[in-house]
Amino acid sequence: MIILIAAQSLFNSDRLATFLISLIAILILLYTTYFQKRKKPFTIRKINGLKAVEDAIGRATEMARPLLYTPGWGGDIQRPTTIASMNILSFVAEKTSQYDCDLVFPTHDPVIMSVAQEVVKESYSRTGYPDRYKEHNITYVSSSQFGYAAAVDGIISRTKPASIFLLGTFEAESLILAETGNSINAIQIAGTDSTIQLSFFIVACDYTLIGEELFAASGYLSGNKSILASVQAQDIMKILIALFVIVAVIWATIESLNGGQLSYWWKF
Amino acid sequence: MNRQIPLIVCFSFGLVMFLQYFSNHTISRSVNLAILDYWQIIFAFTLIIGVVSFIKVNLTKISRRIDRPYLIVGLLGMISMPFMALIWGIKADSPFMWMFENVQAPMASTVFALLAFFVASASFRGFRARSLQASILLGAALIILLSRSNLPLPYTEHLSELADWIRNYPSMTARRAILIGIGLGSLTTSLRVILGIERTWLGGER
Repeated sequence: MIILIAAQSLFNSDRLATFLISLIAILILLYTTYFQKRKKPFTIRKINGLKAVEDAIGRATEMARPLLYTPGWGGDIQRPTTIASMNILSFVAEKTSQYDCDLVFPTHDPVIMSVAQEVVKESYSRTGYPDRYKEHNITYVSSSQFGYAAAVDGIISRTKPASIFLLGTFEAESLILAETGNSINAIQIAGTDSTIQLSFFIVACDYTLIGEELFAASGYLSGNKSILASVQAQDIMKILIALFVIVAVIWATIESLNGGQLSYWWKF
Repeated sequence: MNRQIPLIVCFSFGLVMFLQYFSNHTISRSVNLAILDYWQIIFAFTLIIGVVSFIKVNLTKISRRIDRPYLIVGLLGMISMPFMALIWGIKADSPFMWMFENVQAPMASTVFALLAFFVASASFRGFRARSLQASILLGAALIILLSRSNLPLPYTEHLSELADWIRNYPSMTARRAILIGIGLGSLTTSLRVILGIERTWLGGER
């Protein structure tokens, strides 16, 4: 009895379903990463926004204008969207270092600034052009939402970047930045995890990474087997969820047709 | 070793935070609160990094005569506000609050107000019926806009029902599909970071 009470206080049974689903997700991820990666390499579907990344960097180089990259105001470094954005930044920085194109990175968060500085510096070193790295281009502007929006808007208006990357967590500032970028005819590639801001980006930007595409980006751009394997894990989980939804819909339909009481076993 | 220590710290804290979420125990709750407190302290220190970087970058650019007027205004604002708060406090009648209410808040509101014009210009471009999909989007947008307006239209009730149906079924279905994708993407990215598969946040080794 004492052991049972102790176990109950240790484990929150209301969260059992979440715990089990998390365990399944971890197992699938470990399986695809450590066992499947030895098998034949696979390709993931083409994502137009990511195919356009090199074109956007090339355009900035040809026009001798900078490239602006910002992760938005809504996220901090522990947010997965920001981590995904840093992965894409790493690839973009490699290319800008090779093409000798200025990369401007304004942010609202000092931690993101420090991480971005490290990511860009490493990328420039990896390609053999550490001397082209400019620390003052990766800068903290303001923690205030509209202070940040005004600062980035000002940078866009004055430096007129040829290409703008809006990849991260955005809130109300999304359209302000995207429309300012549009007004100077910059190529804009955007991506966010906010479904409300996605609609603004789709209208105002040339290419938009919709939801999960942002997370698949690092695997797509790097070709890293481990990261690609986790994209495969994501797809397996999606298939499982789709199957679960189909079974639940059929179950609920049959139960309601029979006129019995609905069991709701699928609701948690 | 430079890479291993942060990876071990990340894995340990990731595991602890994951496990404490599923526990009711008082120790687990206090661990969670302690970590959140430490996060606040760490964030306060990182603000210093931000401020130092801001001052350094602006001074460098001012010395190179790049965008001087804007940078001087930015620097003055950054330096004057904390000084006013330290000297006269942040009470309702203090100079700090006067600056906040009469300078900073109106400027933020002005930038926010720009959004109305940007929504209009973006809608104008987005709602052009260039294809079948764009025409459907335009039709749906018109129904929603009309249903929410106060215009004396015929069949207002039916229009409202149609607008609610669009919002609750086709729109919500697409939104949930995107949200599931985002949720799974966030989950795998977080696990990649905790398990050390993803190391870009350490600066490199993509």
